[in-house]
Amino acid sequence: MDKKKLVLIGNGMAGIRAIEEILKLLPDYFEITVFGKEPYPNYNRIQLSKVLQGDTEIKDITLNEWQWYEDNDVRLYPGESVTQIDTETQKVYTDKGKAVQYDNIIIATGSHPFILPIPGANKEGVTGFRDIADCETMISASRIYKRAAVIGGGILGLEAARGLLNLGMEVDVIELAPFLMDRQLDETAAHLLQDELEKQGMRFHLKKQTTEILGNERVTGLKFADGTSIQADLVVMAVGIKPNIQLAKETGIKTNRGIVVNDYLQTEIPNIYAVGECAEHNGIAYGLVAPLYEQAQVLAKHICGMNHQGYKGSVVSTQLKVSGVDVFSAGMINESNETKAIKLFNEWQNTYKKIVVKDNKLVGAVLFGDTTEGAKLFSYIKKGECVNAYLDSQQNRETGESIVSTMADDEIVCGCNGVSKGAIVKAIQDDGLTTLEEVKNATNASRSCGQCKGMVSDILALTLGDKFEKGEIKETVCGCTDLSRDEVIAEIKAKGLTHTREVMNVLGWKTEEGCSKCRPALNYYLGMVYPKTYEDERESRFVNERLHANIQKDGTYSVVPRMYGGVTNADDLRKIADVADKYDVGMIKLTGGQRIDLLGIKKDDLPHVWKDLGMPSGYAYGKSVRTVKTCVGAQFCRFGTQDSTGMGIQLEKKFEGLNTPHKVKMGVSACPRNCAEGGIKDVGIVGLDGVWEIYVGGNGGTELKQAELLARVKTEQEVLDYSAAFLQYYREHANYLERTSKFVERVGLDHVKEVILDEENRTALCARMDEALAAYKEPWNEAIESETILKDLYNTVIGGK
Amino acid sequence: MAQEAYIGKYHEFPRLLGKTVRIDERELAVFRLSNDEIRVIENKSPFKGGVLAEGMVSGEYLYDPLYDWKINLTDGNVQAPDSGNVKTYPVKIEEDKVFVTL
Repeated sequence: MDKKKLVLIGNGMAGIRAIEEILKLLPDYFEITVFGKEPYPNYNRIQLSKVLQGDTEIKDITLNEWQWYEDNDVRLYPGESVTQIDTETQKVYTDKGKAVQYDNIIIATGSHPFILPIPGANKEGVTGFRDIADCETMISASRIYKRAAVIGGGILGLEAARGLLNLGMEVDVIELAPFLMDRQLDETAAHLLQDELEKQGMRFHLKKQTTEILGNERVTGLKFADGTSIQADLVVMAVGIKPNIQLAKETGIKTNRGIVVNDYLQTEIPNIYAVGECAEHNGIAYGLVAPLYEQAQVLAKHICGMNHQGYKGSVVSTQLKVSGVDVFSAGMINESNETKAIKLFNEWQNTYKKIVVKDNKLVGAVLFGDTTEGAKLFSYIKKGECVNAYLDSQQNRETGESIVSTMADDEIVCGCNGVSKGAIVKAIQDDGLTTLEEVKNATNASRSCGQCKGMVSDILALTLGDKFEKGEIKETVCGCTDLSRDEVIAEIKAKGLTHTREVMNVLGWKTEEGCSKCRPALNYYLGMVYPKTYEDERESRFVNERLHANIQKDGTYSVVPRMYGGVTNADDLRKIADVADKYDVGMIKLTGGQRIDLLGIKKDDLPHVWKDLGMPSGYAYGKSVRTVKTCVGAQFCRFGTQDSTGMGIQLEKKFEGLNTPHKVKMGVSACPRNCAEGGIKDVGIVGLDGVWEIYVGGNGGTELKQAELLARVKTEQEVLDYSAAFLQYYREHANYLERTSKFVERVGLDHVKEVILDEENRTALCARMDEALAAYKEPWNEAIESETILKDLYNTVIGGK
Repeated sequence: MAQEAYIGKYHEFPRLLGKTVRIDERELAVFRLSNDEIRVIENKSPFKGGVLAEGMVSGEYLYDPLYDWKINLTDGNVQAPDSGNVKTYPVKIEEDKVFVTL
């Protein structure tokens, strides 16, 4: 039998979800063609605000990779729009001149931002907030301009405003209504929200009607109905969305605000369906994801000829995705004569809860500050549950148990995708799932807005019980393999594997040559296991560690020469100054680790710079021991009790060039004032009168963490030994790219102490450390001396005709 | 108009390490894959215009050195979830000489 030809117009969340549902029901029944206006595979539009806020990158919000289309035989034409549907001949035509035959069409063209029809709305610098391109417009504007205005104080507007603040802009939010999010919140919650957002830096102009966008070519400001105005270099219109109905209209399909559909998502022409934001069901065009997914499911069943009740409309809930603000709203939130409300306003903790009751049933809720109850309330509202049932459940909650333990199996955990607690538990049990990621892939729970991640984790913990507590969750090296770091290293040792390619072949890697995550990791692990014989693979190193300089965004490099313990002298400074002149160094800067950084050096010049400097590499680019920061110490300082600079120099000379799982920063101070800031170093040494304290696992970077005391020792030799033993233990047991702070936290300080304080262990670790150190070759000198390295890595070829 | 340019001796292109080749104003990134085929792309990332020659080569793909974008060296397509395209240049090898068509 010939396959039925199905054309999907619109490559977004609703349309692709419909296709996914269809493929689940009848995998081989349709020949599917998809046209999408945007040049991307299906991505998660809801998460765009997180991209703008900088929490997420565009690559993290893709829902269906290109590969998905290929794997499912779905023909995708990205960046191509359907311009005409000919219902007589059953063909669609595109803007690139394609004609495709169809048996069925799904229109899922979504919506576009509503742009206020006011003078100036077409000026440069006015944008909606709807797709990746809009995000990019805002991001690039933020690099040049200072002041942004967002018209619309609803969810979208506030999320855009938060993003623009994160991008460093000043943000004014303009709202016509007397309070924010007026469709989802009552006045009390809206005021709490406004207070919080003002603290974050937003400025609000309420009850303001924008009448004109000022400026010549580019926007310079806004004018309001009351005659006042503000300045703005970027205007984001977030006043609402308008279903995209143009194509349906031109085809002669009945449209109203959206494309009118029946309970089976059929338009007036039965073999043409519409789903998602472009569709209007029972007078409502939904703009939230959960209803769209419900529609997609019904559509799929109908088009596949399965029995079902039809779509009956949705009760919707919303959450604001602004970091630091928790807001939830569902159902009917306005009070009337027929409703009664339960209100809890905790001024002390700044939380607010309102539950609206009608005829003894829960019909709506607003939460501010603490939204953990959101999913539960939403499920009660959807079921029209009696208010007493909710109040009873409240009592259980006070026992401190996770909210998921009291949830019924049919309660919905993931509102976006309609996944119940029971479905998640079943998937965990039946498929032996152990991680959030696996649950997400198997059930779709937490795949869209991500707000329910916490609950899904709780369900995992609850379902797995002890297994979860023991942390039997497996972290693989990367997506190329199902093996963990420990398993890979065990296999390397057991099978005597000696090259990255060999490891990948023998251990059944899913990719032939690995990726940018596993290649450097394997290269490190092999070097760690075979310090004497392993030949480092330059091609598996990141650029900085391959070229032994730090690449900058313009493709030039920075050079940091070694200065043991941060101590330099007049001769070296003169040489550095000469080099800076000779090679036209863009900037000379002191680093955080007390070294001198020469920035803006061309790749071809690197070996010459090194040669002229005649100093070893400072390894400012490496996953290795970076610098040992020191205070002045007993030699000069009136408080100093020990020779901290001398100790720092010894440490730096000993560990110079050591490969480690991630960078290692050290500091040595000579009194408790700790001027070298050992409390936030991977290894921090503090000298006291007659004693050295050794602290480990501190971090002053991404996640601030205080170092913890490993040992108190008396001699400088002991400082060297304990540090060596600790670093070697870290080298042997940490995951690649795991800092000591995370490592110590993972294995526990007590465990680390047990290992290092045991003399036999310590001696063995020190011996293995010495082996690793023996392999060190100073890389700058090695490059200068080797014709091959110079030619392969540094010299630019000048080609010719 | 298409023109051919000489970019170096085949045996001098190191395997899996990119080389920067400059022809007048143009900068190319030349890669010798593990199967010994040569690929030439423009040495300019579609994202912020960074260099590409220093990226990590894996099979037919390049991981860009600055932002870790994955780029197909044969057709120049940036892999999802990122997107874009890098200009690619056809290669001809005659004995030990490598030419590209500009």
